[in-house]
Amino acid sequence: MIVSAIAFYVFAAMAVAAGFMVIAARNPVHSVLFLILTFFNAAALFVLMGAEFIALILVIVYVGAVAVLFLFVVMMLDIDFAQLRQGFLQYLPIGGLVGLILLIELLLVAGAWVITPEAMQVAASPAPALEQAANTRALGQILYTQYAYLFQAAGLILLVAMIGAIVLTLRHRVDIKRQVISRQVGRKRHEGVELKDVKPGQGI
Amino acid sequence: MGDILTTYGIPLAIIVAQSLGLLIALLLFTAYILLADRKIWAAVQLRRGPNVVGAFGLFQSFADLLKFVFKEVVIPSGANKGVFLLAPLVTVVLALSAWAVVPLADGWVVSNINIGILYILAISSLGVYGVIMAGWASNSKYPFLSALRSAAQMVSYEVSIGFVLITVLMTAGSLNLSDIVRAQEGHYGLLNWFWLPHLPMFVIFFISALAETNRPPFDLVEAESELVAGFMVEYSSTPYMMFMLGEYVSIILMCAMTTILFLGGWLPPVNVLPFTLVPGVIWFLIKLCLVFFMFAMVKAFVPRYRYDQLMRLGWKVFLPISLFWVVLTAGVLVGFGLVPHHG
Repeated sequence: MIVSAIAFYVFAAMAVAAGFMVIAARNPVHSVLFLILTFFNAAALFVLMGAEFIALILVIVYVGAVAVLFLFVVMMLDIDFAQLRQGFLQYLPIGGLVGLILLIELLLVAGAWVITPEAMQVAASPAPALEQAANTRALGQILYTQYAYLFQAAGLILLVAMIGAIVLTLRHRVDIKRQVISRQVGRKRHEGVELKDVKPGQGI
Repeated sequence: MGDILTTYGIPLAIIVAQSLGLLIALLLFTAYILLADRKIWAAVQLRRGPNVVGAFGLFQSFADLLKFVFKEVVIPSGANKGVFLLAPLVTVVLALSAWAVVPLADGWVVSNINIGILYILAISSLGVYGVIMAGWASNSKYPFLSALRSAAQMVSYEVSIGFVLITVLMTAGSLNLSDIVRAQEGHYGLLNWFWLPHLPMFVIFFISALAETNRPPFDLVEAESELVAGFMVEYSSTPYMMFMLGEYVSIILMCAMTTILFLGGWLPPVNVLPFTLVPGVIWFLIKLCLVFFMFAMVKAFVPRYRYDQLMRLGWKVFLPISLFWVVLTAGVLVGFGLVPHHG
């Protein structure tokens, strides 16, 4: 038990430290790399809780896809570091306020559990216990049977967002050459090659 | 104190020993796979290939290793030093760590976690970081262009690989790699393996694996004619060697994944007496080498793709086909009552 406690404190401390470095690092690319480290530590914490499916989904989705795009954008931007530093104090009150509200909300939830332990039972626990089913199976059962409509709705929202992004960025350009594979494959020899009987000294 | 030793110390020692054993075997195997790659390539082009160091050039890879290690590490003055040196480390560590869940034979696996296939997917989706970090930290044009290309390429092909994995795990009914192999066991030997019912997926997985590992004909990341050597331009000596090592280890991993998902892992091809006596790990290695031979042959005789064609293949051909196959597989499994049930 003590080993898992040590592991928890190591991962938690690393996550907090890396999270701090995300906002403290001078170079934005370093910030994103620290963000990735934070995700990793969060995934490790999930593994410690026995939620290995969520941990790996976190790694696949956030680290493998979202953070790649982040890094992509940050690397492409030509960022003026001095200008970036200037806005820091200006945004500090708003950022601090958001952080404070989140902290208070977290404290309220945790505090409610401490004051009235019955509140824990209000939170529905439809998932079977870990001993009965692996958490991949448990999550699948809940998601695709109990919450199938909500799941579909979430998918629909994502689809709308995707179509919106495509509509915003799609430009039809008429002056460029496009490769039409079917036309290339469908081309016959007699259309592409013409035999000419060239007379000597005359040319075509 | 003695309690801690028995609960944590001994299992830890066993895990460390297993990991080290696997690591050494894997690195030795990689050295000869690298030699085999060069020999096959040479044979296709009617050359001899490496044949000087040791009999038939058998020690060529080790000579190369020594050469790389003893050279000076050159770091460009404009490079971001930390990230520059971190990139090859990330590549090689990720490539090696994926092997923790690969079952070489029945029970021969360092970590038999029940979501092994997701772990492999996660690790292989991280492989792109080594390339991006190297490209950015080099602070040079060609590496940067190569990093952008590779990020787009690897993210694109990950999608179809993900769908291929989904079809296989639906048919097997498990995310555990050992269970996926066991699901392919049957009376008909190699006709029971998943390559037959999932033949289109087998082909798509093979081609996507080529693209995912930046193997020719999809090696646009390091296309000599356009990008000199891509993200590796500024790298020399040991960091360069680590990139090469990481690349080959992940190629072998992809061969192993093809073997496990479609070619029945450690199972013998025919269930009759002389074949069933051969240990599973031998069958696994034979199949792995066969898949690698295909990788090497493709490198030798397929010309490099153009970048827009690569993207078209990934998004407009493989993605719709694999998506359709997922729906079809799910329909067939449910419609004919073939959904596998595990405890």
